[in-house]
Amino acid sequence: MTPETIFYAVGMPIIGVFLGLVYKGIDRRVSARMTSRIGPPIRQPFWDVGKLLLKETIVPANAVKWIFNAMPILALASSMTLLLYIPFGIIKAPLEGYGDLVVILYLLTLQALAMAIGGFASGSPFSSVGAQREMVLMMSYEMPFAIVITGFALIYKSFSLSTIASTPVWTIVGPLGGIGVFLLLIAFLLVTPAELAKLPFDIAEAETEIAEGMLAEYSGRNLALFYLSDAVRGFAMMAIEVVLFIPFTLSYLFGLNLSGATLYIVEGLWFLFKVLLFYVSAVTLVRTSFARFRIEQASRLFWVYVNIIGLLGLLLIWLEVM
Amino acid sequence: MAKTTYYVPIGPIHPALKEPIRVEAEVEGEKIVKVDVKRGFAHRGIEYMGMKRNAIQTLYLSERICGICSISHPYAFVIGSEKALGIEAPPRAQYIRPIIAELERIHSHILWIGVIAHEIGFDSLLFWTWKGREKVLDVLELITGNRINYAMYMIGGVRRDLKESHIKALRDMITYYWEFTEHMKEVFLSDPVYKARTRGVAQVPKDMALKLNLVGPTARAAGLRMDIRQDIPFDAYADMDVKAVVPQDIVGEVRGDAYDATMVRIYEIEQSLDIIEYCIDNLPEGRILAIPNYIALLNKIKKTAGEAIGAHEAPRGEVVHYLKYDGTRDGPSVWKVVAPSYNNINSWGYCLLGAEVADIPVVVAYIDPCLCCNDRVAVVRDSTGKMLDYSFIHKKAVEKTRALEKELGVRK
Repeated sequence: MTPETIFYAVGMPIIGVFLGLVYKGIDRRVSARMTSRIGPPIRQPFWDVGKLLLKETIVPANAVKWIFNAMPILALASSMTLLLYIPFGIIKAPLEGYGDLVVILYLLTLQALAMAIGGFASGSPFSSVGAQREMVLMMSYEMPFAIVITGFALIYKSFSLSTIASTPVWTIVGPLGGIGVFLLLIAFLLVTPAELAKLPFDIAEAETEIAEGMLAEYSGRNLALFYLSDAVRGFAMMAIEVVLFIPFTLSYLFGLNLSGATLYIVEGLWFLFKVLLFYVSAVTLVRTSFARFRIEQASRLFWVYVNIIGLLGLLLIWLEVM
Repeated sequence: MAKTTYYVPIGPIHPALKEPIRVEAEVEGEKIVKVDVKRGFAHRGIEYMGMKRNAIQTLYLSERICGICSISHPYAFVIGSEKALGIEAPPRAQYIRPIIAELERIHSHILWIGVIAHEIGFDSLLFWTWKGREKVLDVLELITGNRINYAMYMIGGVRRDLKESHIKALRDMITYYWEFTEHMKEVFLSDPVYKARTRGVAQVPKDMALKLNLVGPTARAAGLRMDIRQDIPFDAYADMDVKAVVPQDIVGEVRGDAYDATMVRIYEIEQSLDIIEYCIDNLPEGRILAIPNYIALLNKIKKTAGEAIGAHEAPRGEVVHYLKYDGTRDGPSVWKVVAPSYNNINSWGYCLLGAEVADIPVVVAYIDPCLCCNDRVAVVRDSTGKMLDYSFIHKKAVEKTRALEKELGVRK
């Protein structure tokens, strides 16, 4: 075990949780400003987690206790693992070479699945309805997501994120492929709120309909773990989007000649800024300007329209690569 | 065989409900296959309290029946009382009363529009509409001194006069809301997501609306031309031509769903603006109270016997007060209140059957339920389901008090 491994094992989760919560705070603040409210301070999510950790954890009498308690840990672990597969700007992914985009797809699914299983295990009708909805929603949005990943695999002839990150996608495709990648970007942006269970696709956690759905019975430490895994997943998802669609570094854009610590700081901040851009446009803006869909409406949206967009993009890319 | 249906209890405490009521639904997947609505969680015995007080106290007690309709109940009360007692309010008061009542309708309708947006998960619209609602609350505060529970009406008139500054504020407000309703039409009626969530949801056809005794905007959304201000006009409403707002007049067709209910309510805000404008344009001069001395008023009430029904079109529908003065005490000897939600809740069972779980909040909210107005009686049953009568419950209560006294050693 090298010092580097220990750093990644301990440091990455801490950084991931920190950044995830910061982005959550910014998201809430921006959303509040958009609806002419003042909004909570950026550090509010940290306080929320702190408070949840202090609260009593209640397990419902008719829940399957060990599944009910294990699922929050599984969810957090899967989102933490996710972080290790993503190259952050110029920093290489810690687990580079041990997995690729397909693993990321599975890890994202695993987290949602953990929540659904937790919902089924809690034995409340609201959680069951929520978990059913989550399953239906997952079946709907995984297909466009897979299409996007296939599109990239076609271009790069590889599923590896590091390969994709090393050369921006826009520089290696022609005009036809460019349109294709753009369509994939649209499909991916549409999948994002569903993947992160945000409005208008927070159907599985609809507050006014089924009282927070899958999370209805969760409280205290378990809820805090779900909250953290949600925050980390939000950050990781946006980081993937940045790596896939705008991996341009500052040095590349402006031909800067930076080295050493300056390089890492400047590029790190630039990367975080790009993540923020995606976060605000794909999550905050969307969740502030839409109402919640019904489950069958959301399913139709993904199965028909988003799939058409994605497949069209894939077709264009295929035409160019052939 | 595996169980295919879930039992989903909605309420008495649930995020979709602002007040306690219980909807018991049997759910198959997302579809509701069996539904039962149970009321009776908010009985407060307010009529009984009213029958022990004098008429002026009861008038302000009637404001507390509902949190939002804090003018509608007093309005029906004063109309009923004036009919029973043979008092007529001066013309100026008859014109001031509708102004306040219509201001309340505007704020109640905007509140409802915000609530329905929240129920379908559109919180940004909730904030936006409620921000727009502040203006009318400010005007109400300017005129009456309160944002809610205005204490404005009195048997035989109103307690506060309208000043020039108030009229100026009202005119400002009218211009503001003409713009605001235009925005609301754009944002709600042409929004595809809003349409997707409300079209065909909570749909009540015309004949069913009659059968279920629906009232107010809920009935008008189903195409029934009924409005107390049109059918039994009173005060200044009799001078102007108030017509019930129905979807067939606006777009030419009626579907009777939550979308139509939204449309009716937005257009009713405009109608209210017209009424307010008419009232301030034609505001007569003169007194505002028929009997300014409250002691004299109470003495008159004590000497007069009579009974009457007072009705007013509240924002949610018709509110009816039955009052009987027996000529021996200075308050009503019988006071009976029928609130609009009592009729409108009938539609829940019909609308929810066959609907989806996601539609529950819309169905619950589209009638703008006011549950604290509703419960007129509380029934206590024993374990076998037998209804317990009052004298038995009273006897038990006395027994328990005696037992507690004995246990705690209370000295008389």
